[in-house]
Amino acid sequence: MVKLLEWQGKEIFRNYGIPLPKGAVARSGDDVVKVLGSHVSLPCVIKAQVRVGGRGKGGALRFASTPEEARKAAEEILGSRFKDETVKEVLIEQKLPIDREIYLSLTLDRSKRLPILMGSAEGGVEIENVPDEKIFKLWIHPFAGVLDYQKRQVAKLLGLSGDAAKEVAFIIDMLWKIFQGEDAELVEINPLVVSAGHLVALDSKVIIEDDAVFRHPQYEHLQGDLTDLEEKAHEKGIAFVEMGGDVGVIANGAGLTMATLDVLLENGGKPGVFLDLGGTDDPKKVAEAFLLMSEAKPKVVFINIFGGVTRCDTVANGLVSEIKRNPPNFGIITRIRGNNEREGKEILNGIGIGSYSDLAEAVRQVVAMEVKP
Amino acid sequence: MSVLVDASTRVLVLGITGHQGTIHTRGMKAFGTQVVAGTSMRSGVPEVEGVPVFANVEEAVEKTHPNAACLFVPAPYAKDALFEVADAGIPLAVIITEHIPFHDMLDMLYYAKEKGTRIIGPNCPGIATPGGAKVGILPNVIFHPGNVGVVSRSGTLTYEIVNSLSENKIGQTTCIGLGGDPVPGTTFLDALEKFEADPATKAIVMVGEIGGVAEEEAAAFITAHVRKPVVAYIAGQSAPPGKRMGHAGAIITRGKGTAESKVQALSKAGVRVARFPYEIPGLVQEALRA
Repeated sequence: MVKLLEWQGKEIFRNYGIPLPKGAVARSGDDVVKVLGSHVSLPCVIKAQVRVGGRGKGGALRFASTPEEARKAAEEILGSRFKDETVKEVLIEQKLPIDREIYLSLTLDRSKRLPILMGSAEGGVEIENVPDEKIFKLWIHPFAGVLDYQKRQVAKLLGLSGDAAKEVAFIIDMLWKIFQGEDAELVEINPLVVSAGHLVALDSKVIIEDDAVFRHPQYEHLQGDLTDLEEKAHEKGIAFVEMGGDVGVIANGAGLTMATLDVLLENGGKPGVFLDLGGTDDPKKVAEAFLLMSEAKPKVVFINIFGGVTRCDTVANGLVSEIKRNPPNFGIITRIRGNNEREGKEILNGIGIGSYSDLAEAVRQVVAMEVKP
Repeated sequence: MSVLVDASTRVLVLGITGHQGTIHTRGMKAFGTQVVAGTSMRSGVPEVEGVPVFANVEEAVEKTHPNAACLFVPAPYAKDALFEVADAGIPLAVIITEHIPFHDMLDMLYYAKEKGTRIIGPNCPGIATPGGAKVGILPNVIFHPGNVGVVSRSGTLTYEIVNSLSENKIGQTTCIGLGGDPVPGTTFLDALEKFEADPATKAIVMVGEIGGVAEEEAAAFITAHVRKPVVAYIAGQSAPPGKRMGHAGAIITRGKGTAESKVQALSKAGVRVARFPYEIPGLVQEALRA
C-alpha cells in the first residue's frame, strides 16, 4: 500500500486537471518566504505533510496572514513529530473562502467486487465520523465507468447546480481516470469545497496498490508508514509485522501465520515479530528471513511451517546455514509438517534443534522458554 | 461425487515451462489428474513432463480439448492469459499467480462471467477432489477421499486443516482454496452453494480470515440456503487492527471484518466455530454424528 502525501496526491490531481488552491511545498522557513514572494499570496495555510489523518485537531494545520507568521508556523511544524511521523515537508496554500465542504471518494467494495463511489454533503470531517445515512454510495462497473446519470445523481445528492454541477461531473470523471489509470486503491477528496461558486480540492488522499507499482515506477520509493525492519522485509518480499512482544514467529502463508498468533496468545505467549515467508523454494530466502528476525532481538523464535510449495527441507537447510554462520543468542523451537517433513526434521536434529509435530505442544514449549529467566 | 473437478477434468497448464509450472504439472499428474496440454511464451519446447506444449490456448484446445486451465503466468501477463482462456471457452480457470493488481482482476472477473468461465483464485492453492483430480499446487499427501467439503481463503492453513482431517479419518469430497486477494473469482457463497447441492458432501468446513466481510456474508447465506452442517475457523482472531498480516485479505479496516463480528455471525447461523485449527476434526465428527 503506497500512501501518498497530500502534495503528491495533488500533483496527480493537477495532471488530471482537478482544480486546486495555489500552493507549493516547503522544506524550510526560507522556502516558505520564497513561495509567498512568488506564486502563493496571503492569507495562507501551512499544512504538515504526513500520512496520518486528524491534522486539523492535532495542530498540524496553521493559518498565517503575514510572511513572518507563515515562516514561524512552518518552522514549528517542520521536524516535529505528528503521531508516529516526523514532518519533513509543509504544503503552503492560499487560504480560500469556503461556502461548503463536500466528501468524494472512489475505492474498491470487496463485498460487491465492484468499485464504489462515495460522497457526502457533509465533508471536512473524517468520513468514519459521518453517519451512514449522510453518505451515498454508487457502484461503478469497471467496463462502463461512471455513467452520466450517476454524475447527475451525485450533483443532486450534493445539492450542486449550474457550474458546480458540471464541475463535479468533471471531477468524478477525473477521479475515475486516476483510480484506474494510476492503479489506486483509494482516491479521496475531503474536503472538496465550494469557493465563490466553484469546486476546489482542498485535500487529497491517494493510495496506490502495491501490486501495480510495476506499472508505475514513480511510486516505488514513496512507501511511508513502515518501521525500518518492516521496510527491509518489504524489499525482500517477506511480510513482516512488529507487535512489541518477545516471541518471534516465522510461518508460511498469512492464514497459518495468523493461526499461530491465535494459539500463541491463547497460551500466554507475547508475540513480537511476525514474519510470513510466503511460498518459497529458495533456502537463501529462509536464511534472509531468519537474519531479519535476529535483528528484531527476540527471546525465542518459533518456526511453524506447513510444507507445500515451501518444502520442509528447504526451510531446514536455510535455517541451518544461517545458524552456523551466525549462532543465535535466543531459543529456537520448530514445528514442521507436510512436504519433506522427515528430511527437514533430520536436518534440524543434525544441529541439535528439536522439532515438534503438534502445534499446541510446540507453542507450550515456546511459552515455557519465553518465561524462563 | 464432488464439486467443480473430478476424474473427467482435463487440465491445460498456462506457463508450463516455468519453474512452478513444471513442478506442479508433475504434482498434478502424480495426483492422478489428466494434464492434457501446456502453453508457453518460450518457443521450441515440445513437451514438459510428457505433456505437449503449444504456443497458444486456441491451438491447445483444438488438439487436446481441456475443460480446465491452471495459470502460473506472472502477474503482469495474467490478465491477458485469462482473457485467452475465456475466449477459448474453457469453463474453469484456476489462477495460482499472486500479486495480480485488483484492477486487472476486476476486468478478468467480469470478462470471465460474460464468457461463462469460472475463476478460482487468484493467489490461491487451487482445488482438489481426492481420487479425482487436482488443479493447482496443494500437496498430494494430505488428502483422503470422503464426505466433507472444505473451502478456505488460506493456503498453508488449508493444508494444515485438510491434513488434520485426514489424520482423523475424515475424508474430503473436494477442497477449494479461494485465495486471499481482495477480488476473488469464487467466493464462500459460490462454494457453499456447490457443496450444498453435492449429494456426496455431508458436512462443510469453512476456513476464513479476518478482513473483508466474506465470512459475515457466508453466515447470512448459510442461514438462508445451507441445510448441511458447517464447521468454521477464522484465522487472526488476535491480530492487531490496521496491520496487514501477509496479504491483502487480512487487514481490518474501519472496525469491519473483525474476528469477533465473523465468529458472532457464524455462530448465529448455527455454524460450529473452532477457536483453534486443531479443534476442527472434533467439531466435524460431532457435526456428522448429529
